[in-house]
Amino acid sequence: MKYIDEYRDAPLARRLVTEIHRITTRPWALMEVCGGQTHTLVKQGIDEALPAGVRMIHGPGCPVCVTPLEQIDKALVIAARPDVIFTSYGDMLRVPGSTTDLLSLKARGADVRTVYSPLDAVRIAAANPDRQVVFFAIGFETTAPANAMAVWQAARLGLDNFTVLVSHVLVPPAMSAILESPTCQVQGFLAAGHVCAVMGWTEYEPIAEKYHVPIVITGFEPLDLLEGILMAIRQLESGRAEVENQYARAVKREGNLQAQETVFRVFEVGDRKWRGIGMIPASGYHLRPEFARFDAEARFEVGTITTAEHPACIAGEILQGTKTPLDCTAYGVLCSPRKPLGAPMVSSEGVCAAYHAAGRGLAAPGAVPIYELKRIER
Amino acid sequence: MCLGIPGKVVEIRDEGPLRMALVDFGGVRKEACLAYLPEVQLDDYVIVHVGFAISQLDEDEAMKTLEILRMLDPEGMEMELGSLAEESPTAGPGSGSPAAAPPTASATGAA
Repeated sequence: MKYIDEYRDAPLARRLVTEIHRITTRPWALMEVCGGQTHTLVKQGIDEALPAGVRMIHGPGCPVCVTPLEQIDKALVIAARPDVIFTSYGDMLRVPGSTTDLLSLKARGADVRTVYSPLDAVRIAAANPDRQVVFFAIGFETTAPANAMAVWQAARLGLDNFTVLVSHVLVPPAMSAILESPTCQVQGFLAAGHVCAVMGWTEYEPIAEKYHVPIVITGFEPLDLLEGILMAIRQLESGRAEVENQYARAVKREGNLQAQETVFRVFEVGDRKWRGIGMIPASGYHLRPEFARFDAEARFEVGTITTAEHPACIAGEILQGTKTPLDCTAYGVLCSPRKPLGAPMVSSEGVCAAYHAAGRGLAAPGAVPIYELKRIER
Repeated sequence: MCLGIPGKVVEIRDEGPLRMALVDFGGVRKEACLAYLPEVQLDDYVIVHVGFAISQLDEDEAMKTLEILRMLDPEGMEMELGSLAEESPTAGPGSGSPAAAPPTASATGAA
């Protein structure tokens, strides 16, 4: 496939690995922000091919994983109502809430439907005027244009039975929060290419300057990631801290202006809580007041939500990059993609799912983990 | 939901005020809204997220990236690496494929 196969070329990948080894003179810690990048890094073993001491820290870039438990519990309360058709991206269905998940609710008779595009949810609302259709509008900057257009379309069609449960988060404030942490080990970032395809990279320039960290906007194929790592280490080795664009075929400095225009017509920036991390100021989107009638939280009384994470799950520390799945006693034993305790084991972009799919720390898929051995090796 | 990959626009039509496309991802065809890429034409490549095309692939930039990567001279680097590997504690062998390379040791290079 064009634009994919040529970025998976094994000889070129080996050359890039060699070049990274050649220029690296000391240990560096880089964070890839996006869960899609985490998956490719782990699946291809790229992180293990880097020079000794060069470490990839996996960032909180899995949208499903950082959606706060309260929002999932609210989704569960709303989806259980008999008058509601609850629509969601497929990744969310198995994410554990405090007591259950959307898929289990569906099995017990709730009308929960997976949609590929939020416009599908709008179509369902138009076709079912006697039902309330709720869409779980989650994600980073990549899904915001689609989710905003769904609200815009519902307004244009005059639908009064369509609402959204918004849980939108933004990458740059999370990067700043990570850099502000006293335990921060990140020295350079691979920024998420598709987030930047929408938003551009002007927001990253003040971060690179203020914290003196290289930020390389990076794509998702193996060669993209290797080149992004090479560019970041080149900057670190020469003492530079700039925003560079590895993913020039898809990302422009200004981003996609039409998408941004619709996003800011419908949403405004506000504080958001992140699962496993906590409140980050100005780190997400909320509906603008003129679209308040599309707010599911205002339309449905959800009552008092008391949340409870599974006691064995260390997703919070994994999402902050201070621990890896191999540090988790539940990984591969109590927690697996078939029976996940935490969100990072559910999503195709979650770190735990990526490790599990690659067999990391597992003697064989589904067998007893050898994580203790790995720990000693490290 | 964030795993957008490039696909080729094979059909364009209007659905009310929205311009919609059929996008081919190596044989799998999906619908995508073109509201945010009004200039896109048939046969262009776009990246689609949750049913919306968010970026058009720039062929010139794609070629440039590949050219830069291909300019990495393997022989020159292998020679240089050979001498570096003896001196530098952090330079590994670097000759294996990613999958065959040894695990990374834990870094202590925190800021």
